[in-house]
Amino acid sequence: MAEYVLETKNLGISFGGLKAAQNVNISIEKGEIYGLIGPNGAGKTTIFNLLTGVYKPTTGTFMLNGENLTGLSEQAINRKGIARTFQNIRLFNNMSVIRNVMVGLHNNPEFKCTAIESMFRLPRHFASEKAMRERAKEILRIFDLEEERNNLACNLPYGKQRKLEIARALATSPKLLLLDEPAAGMNPNETAELMDTVRLIRDKFDVTVLLIEHDLKFVVGLCNRVTVLNFGTVLAQESVAEALSNPAVVEAYIGK
Amino acid sequence: MIRGKNIKWKDFINYAVIAVVTIIFGSLSVTGNLASSTQFLLEKMSIAILMAISLSLVVGFLGELSLGHAGFMCVGAYLGGKVAAVLAQSMGNSIVTLILSVLVGGAVAAVCGVVIGLPALRLKGDYLAIVTLAFGEIVKSIFQNTSFESFGGTLGLSTPRYDKKVLFIIGFVLVIICLAVIQNLIRSKHGRAITAIRDNEIAAKAMGINVTKYKLLAFTVSACFAGIGGVLYSWSNYTVQSSNFGYNYSIEILVMVVLGGMGNINGGILAATLITYLNTTLATVLTGDLAVLQNLVYALILIVIVIYNNSPALKSFRERYNLKALLHKIKLVKHDPMRVKDDEAVWDRVPTKIAMDEILSVDTKVRTSVAEKGDPYESEGED
Repeated sequence: MAEYVLETKNLGISFGGLKAAQNVNISIEKGEIYGLIGPNGAGKTTIFNLLTGVYKPTTGTFMLNGENLTGLSEQAINRKGIARTFQNIRLFNNMSVIRNVMVGLHNNPEFKCTAIESMFRLPRHFASEKAMRERAKEILRIFDLEEERNNLACNLPYGKQRKLEIARALATSPKLLLLDEPAAGMNPNETAELMDTVRLIRDKFDVTVLLIEHDLKFVVGLCNRVTVLNFGTVLAQESVAEALSNPAVVEAYIGK
Repeated sequence: MIRGKNIKWKDFINYAVIAVVTIIFGSLSVTGNLASSTQFLLEKMSIAILMAISLSLVVGFLGELSLGHAGFMCVGAYLGGKVAAVLAQSMGNSIVTLILSVLVGGAVAAVCGVVIGLPALRLKGDYLAIVTLAFGEIVKSIFQNTSFESFGGTLGLSTPRYDKKVLFIIGFVLVIICLAVIQNLIRSKHGRAITAIRDNEIAAKAMGINVTKYKLLAFTVSACFAGIGGVLYSWSNYTVQSSNFGYNYSIEILVMVVLGGMGNINGGILAATLITYLNTTLATVLTGDLAVLQNLVYALILIVIVIYNNSPALKSFRERYNLKALLHKIKLVKHDPMRVKDDEAVWDRVPTKIAMDEILSVDTKVRTSVAEKGDPYESEGED
């Protein structure tokens, strides 16, 4: 049996009578870029919310590297190694770019420093601040944002905000990165650039990627395997080429 | 603080200004050249600044509205005052008595902050504001209904009065300590976590920030310094009356923070100084039949300041005639509104306008609370 980074078993949630997701079984291998696609309202973001602890699943479990994370809080799940970006960008708008990334580094044990140490400016505060700043710069360099590091996050152009969100998520040193429509609102050039970036971070940060995307070119270019959702259930789970020629999938997307 | 050669003097200018003012007035006072009314005014100012700085941590940086700040001050005033009254019998009005009472008052207020914060910080926005408001009123009436022997009851607690010549100096030293602690906290990873919660709580959680912990931390530190402000109050008055710590006073502190600009500590200090000065001056200038005008003039001045600071119609005027533009003109600083001054100084860049709307306008609040009831992640409705 292959080593799975993420394994969900019969994962599901219902809001009252509405079954937003049910019986979702996804297994993602280490280093894979895995796609989660489906028409609007299929429950893709719901799955992300389940995997990050925003919702607690009503049925089923999910495991990260064999460790059961079902029912943990958002903070705890992030610390265990699942980081995400958001469909509608959620940066810390009134903070500079570099500080956004430094918030991502907050829980890294390398930069440990208690509030008391900071309040009274004990030596460890300076050491950890300096190290954090250096690390944040390194991460920004990879995303080609180093020049803009002192700008307010809300002043960045849209494409760069998306990149910054990914950079911030990576700063939490995740094992699994969830990207919620990373290419939404990007022009073809930016999308192509983003594809390279996603591959680069997979190799450089040694993460596994699970992404939601409507741009099928993006999905075809990046993912080997996809899960197609429709009305909260899994419609197909196979290689990208097979999935896109599956009549059920075509029907869900464009009708009969 | 010293990173290489470039000490960022701007980061420390507020300490310097307060220190210089204290030294000037302090030396005047000690040599006996300062009127006692001025001494009392300076005492009041130091208390107001303490309150404003500590509240600004919760309102400006954590982004939560607290209307019970005077409640924490009340706790500090009574507990610190009691300790002072007891100790003064054996030790006199010495600096040791004062320090001990400050420690006790601050600690008890901090404990209250934790006790109130634990349940209250699960609430958000308006609801938290109402709970803190209730807390302030409860504290007030508890002390009002104590027995005469314990806390003076309705007559108020008699407390020792510290030497007028020095008390305001001690007050400003406490202000500097408070400023240092809060500013250091904000300019650290913990401060970043706190401002991250203000900017986007959902994203902060997703980044692994322990939201409850940091809300509680901000709330507790803020309560602690409010308590210290209370102890100072008890030393500068002969009696501590709990009726002085009603929500009116909480609102007055909030006005200082809002006028100074949310999340702008230096602005808060300035506003606290001005409002205290204004209050005292109006009370001395408008006497007799004109006394009825005190509140009217006070309110008018506040309205003018708020309009001047926030009205869109005056935007171009503000941009042309402000301190930054003036400094730019005489080539002291580079002026680039898009760019933040340096890596760290972003802490004072906060959306004053938005925050003002949120606090002052009932209309916008209703809309946000309706939006919050929906799914926080999919409020834009697509998937």
